[in-house]
Amino acid sequence: MRIGAVTFPGTLDDVDTVRAIERAGAEAVALWHGDADLRGVDAVVLPGGFSYGDYLRAGAIARFAPVMEPVIDAARKGMPVLGICNGFQILCEAGLLPGALVRNHKLRFVCRDQWLRVESTTTAWTTRYEPGAEILVPVKSGEGAYMADERELDTLEGEGRVVFRYVEDNPNGSRRDIAGVSDGSGRIVGLMPHPEHATDPLTGPTDDGLGIFLSAMDNVKQGAA
Amino acid sequence: MSQAQPQTQPHVETVAHAEATPEEPQPYTELGLKDDEYARIRSILGRRPTEAELAMYSVMWSEHCSYKSSKVHWRHWKENTTEEMRAKMLAGIGENAGVVDIGDGWAVTFKIESHNHPSYVEPYQGAATGVGGIVRDIIAMGARPLALLDSLRFGAAEAIDTKRVLPGVAAGISGYGNCLGLPNIGGEVVFDTTYQGNPLVNAMCVGAMRAEDLHLAHASGTGNKVILFGARTGLDGIGGVSVLASETFTGEESGSGRKKLPSVQVGDPFTEKVLIECCLELFREELVVGIQDLGGAGLSCATSELASAGDGGMRVELDRVPLRAEGMTPAEVLSSESQERMCAVVRPEDLDAFLRVCAKWDVLATEIGEVTEGERLEISWHGETVVDVPPRSLAHEGPEYHRPIQRPAAQDALQADSPGRLPRPSGATELRETVLRMAASPNLCSRSWVTDQYDRYVRGGTVLAQPADTGMIMVDERTGRGVAAATDCNGRYVKLDPYTGTQLALAEAYRNVATGGATPLAVTNCLNFGSAEDPGVMWQFEQAVRGLAEGCAELGIPVTGGNVSFYNQTGDTAVLPTPVVGVLGVLDDVRRRIPTGIGGEPGETLLLLGDTREEFGGSDWADVVHGHLGGLPPAVDLLREKLLAEILVAGSRDGMISAAHDLSGGGLAQTLVETVLIGQTGARVVLADDQDPFVQLFSESAGRVLVAVPRTEELRFTELCTARGLPWRRTGVVDPDSDALEIQDVATFPIGELREAWESTLPGLYGA
Repeated sequence: MRIGAVTFPGTLDDVDTVRAIERAGAEAVALWHGDADLRGVDAVVLPGGFSYGDYLRAGAIARFAPVMEPVIDAARKGMPVLGICNGFQILCEAGLLPGALVRNHKLRFVCRDQWLRVESTTTAWTTRYEPGAEILVPVKSGEGAYMADERELDTLEGEGRVVFRYVEDNPNGSRRDIAGVSDGSGRIVGLMPHPEHATDPLTGPTDDGLGIFLSAMDNVKQGAA
Repeated sequence: MSQAQPQTQPHVETVAHAEATPEEPQPYTELGLKDDEYARIRSILGRRPTEAELAMYSVMWSEHCSYKSSKVHWRHWKENTTEEMRAKMLAGIGENAGVVDIGDGWAVTFKIESHNHPSYVEPYQGAATGVGGIVRDIIAMGARPLALLDSLRFGAAEAIDTKRVLPGVAAGISGYGNCLGLPNIGGEVVFDTTYQGNPLVNAMCVGAMRAEDLHLAHASGTGNKVILFGARTGLDGIGGVSVLASETFTGEESGSGRKKLPSVQVGDPFTEKVLIECCLELFREELVVGIQDLGGAGLSCATSELASAGDGGMRVELDRVPLRAEGMTPAEVLSSESQERMCAVVRPEDLDAFLRVCAKWDVLATEIGEVTEGERLEISWHGETVVDVPPRSLAHEGPEYHRPIQRPAAQDALQADSPGRLPRPSGATELRETVLRMAASPNLCSRSWVTDQYDRYVRGGTVLAQPADTGMIMVDERTGRGVAAATDCNGRYVKLDPYTGTQLALAEAYRNVATGGATPLAVTNCLNFGSAEDPGVMWQFEQAVRGLAEGCAELGIPVTGGNVSFYNQTGDTAVLPTPVVGVLGVLDDVRRRIPTGIGGEPGETLLLLGDTREEFGGSDWADVVHGHLGGLPPAVDLLREKLLAEILVAGSRDGMISAAHDLSGGGLAQTLVETVLIGQTGARVVLADDQDPFVQLFSESAGRVLVAVPRTEELRFTELCTARGLPWRRTGVVDPDSDALEIQDVATFPIGELREAWESTLPGLYGA
């Protein structure tokens, strides 16, 4: 089982993503933004950070990096792809996920432990969770407010594509408290909070985030079987 | 990209021209040089300096770069460092940052530096570039930066200007540090009216490397190439150090007035992040002989320091420096403080490999010169020599002043004004109100409005971060070996007695590190004071340095480096003397750290370690309730602090302590409030019946920690304390079923009420 983690210039949480993949028991494969090559991975994670300094718009430049061509191609063919934080922004910019992420409503970066409800357990990245499970993971972002028009939001809700929702307190003004969404197939998921930072209670609030990586592994195995 | 108006090539003055025109008047006063300093430059060179040379001397001999007012006091560090203390140091004062051996082949480097004046002028960029600068100091040692801390001082919390400065500084640290991918794990936020118009922004960085990978800033080996890499050089920050850090700040623009650009530099954290990764790869590939970051004084500093630390001279072709503005003069190129630049010395045979690594990271790298035989730093501009100086005269042989020292006449009256006369709360109701009022006061309330803007998780090694007493990060993932770091200073104590107050700052940082379970190992400092030309300020400074040096000797941990910032004053009002002390500690295995919050174990007993005396001089109670500053600060007993630290470390190693929180500002009451809130668990506390409850709750006696011990360990732990002679008192029990802090015979505080008091203040002032 090989899961890739892409490093763009300015990517920061790639080391944490690699660690989380390894903790889940998969082989982590480092992917470089300048290489249009997925090195035979079974799934891809776009980690958090400030790719290209978030210049222009978060994710807007990374979306054109050479590595994104095979990522988009594989995603369209059904490879599980996860975007965390800046990775979510890149997936939205690439048109793989609907909506956009804008500046937090309080106009400040916010880093805190955040409760999320897992709203969909049928995506490639969430089958390990009980429906409605509440998990505690860090959120840390300055441009994390999820925006889409009412019709798009209704569609997402109607098709069960809201994957994670903030509970207790919405940290960034996301519409309908949305923390993460999926594409129509449930193979591509993006979320602003950081499950890779909740894989060991020593260095994170919980290990609630491991289920994301374990789910993808189950999913790839089932696909292969 | 051009920021300047198109114009003709400016006039450039050569060494030959300077020789030919010895009498030409030069604007040295405007550049911050005194008459005798200018005369000395002429005598060193045997002629008048060129415009470029004058610019170099003015920045290198500025207070910020030359430490001319403080250098004579450094002997205190030396005189108080024993061989045993020195043995732990791999690099000390004089290098970019101190380096200590933490065991298992790991070396840790750490340093704290001020960026005070820029942060007042332009809070966001001032604070951001302060972070950028300290991080480059750490990279220049060959280390990977691991974490940041920030020690901040602002004017009165409710002052209008604080509402401009504080949010800007917090956003600058957040914007830059988060984008670099460095966790921010601690520091302080303190308010006092004396910081109005002169905030203090001290940034600290901790980095780690394998001990054998230590890189020092040397330019050795004739024929080796000098490479400038990173961002282009522009007109930002020109003369920043000489204007901002040398004389009382007036806000004047520096330079000729030809180009008006802010003298505060503008940071680009993305470029710095890429530069970090690029440098680390260069180190891994062993492509670097010597390296120096470009900070204050830019290329003037980097070239002269590299050359004077090496064994030869250096020749630089300045016109090869990539610029981002048109028409810059050599003097401007030499003194520009454009950010995100490094200077390396590279063997000729490694040059291609060096440039390949830079290209991989899209980092611009340019060969600008080479190491030469002889002892001159020669800089040319389109073939003509514009600088020809002995590099040591710039970097190491700057002026040294024995500034007049005089204990202020008002010091006696200040110390005589004891807080003993202040009315105290009497009865349970008044005590209850005081607890809540203190918890909500700006200096004791929750800092999360600021610290929630900092990423504390990135890189995945953070084990403790604010609001814990100490930050702690894992260094070796395999063994769990890690380091703890804390910064502290109570300027009110230092004002009352600079010697004792500075030792109290040391004691608190030392205690905080131990409260996390780490063994304190080494010390750094950032000494923020008023004008060096005020004898009263210099008395405070001298006392502080001596207090710190002698305190470190008593604790047996070395001072590995430091930073001095003078002229922190507005008009005649100096800031509270603020010698910020940073202590670094080590822990074999961070899994044995002591958390701050209670409730982690079923059945915990609360024990108060140490003695409580009636000590209110400089206390938060005197400040919050009476606006009073007078008397003497709490007594300091460093041997007691050492014993306390040993017990805490032993307790953590043997799993006897489940939580710990030190007592400092606000005393036991504040510690109890925070312990309950951080642990989200209630507790029942019983005060001693042989001491005034007010004193027990609010005294700020040093050398105390509140620990929670699992009931099964209580006997073993208290026997350890008794055997080692550390006073302890059973103070209460943790009650997981309760959602209140109950202080028997005083009051019961529902956790919700405490949270409201503690957490509402800063959002109320700076916006929810």
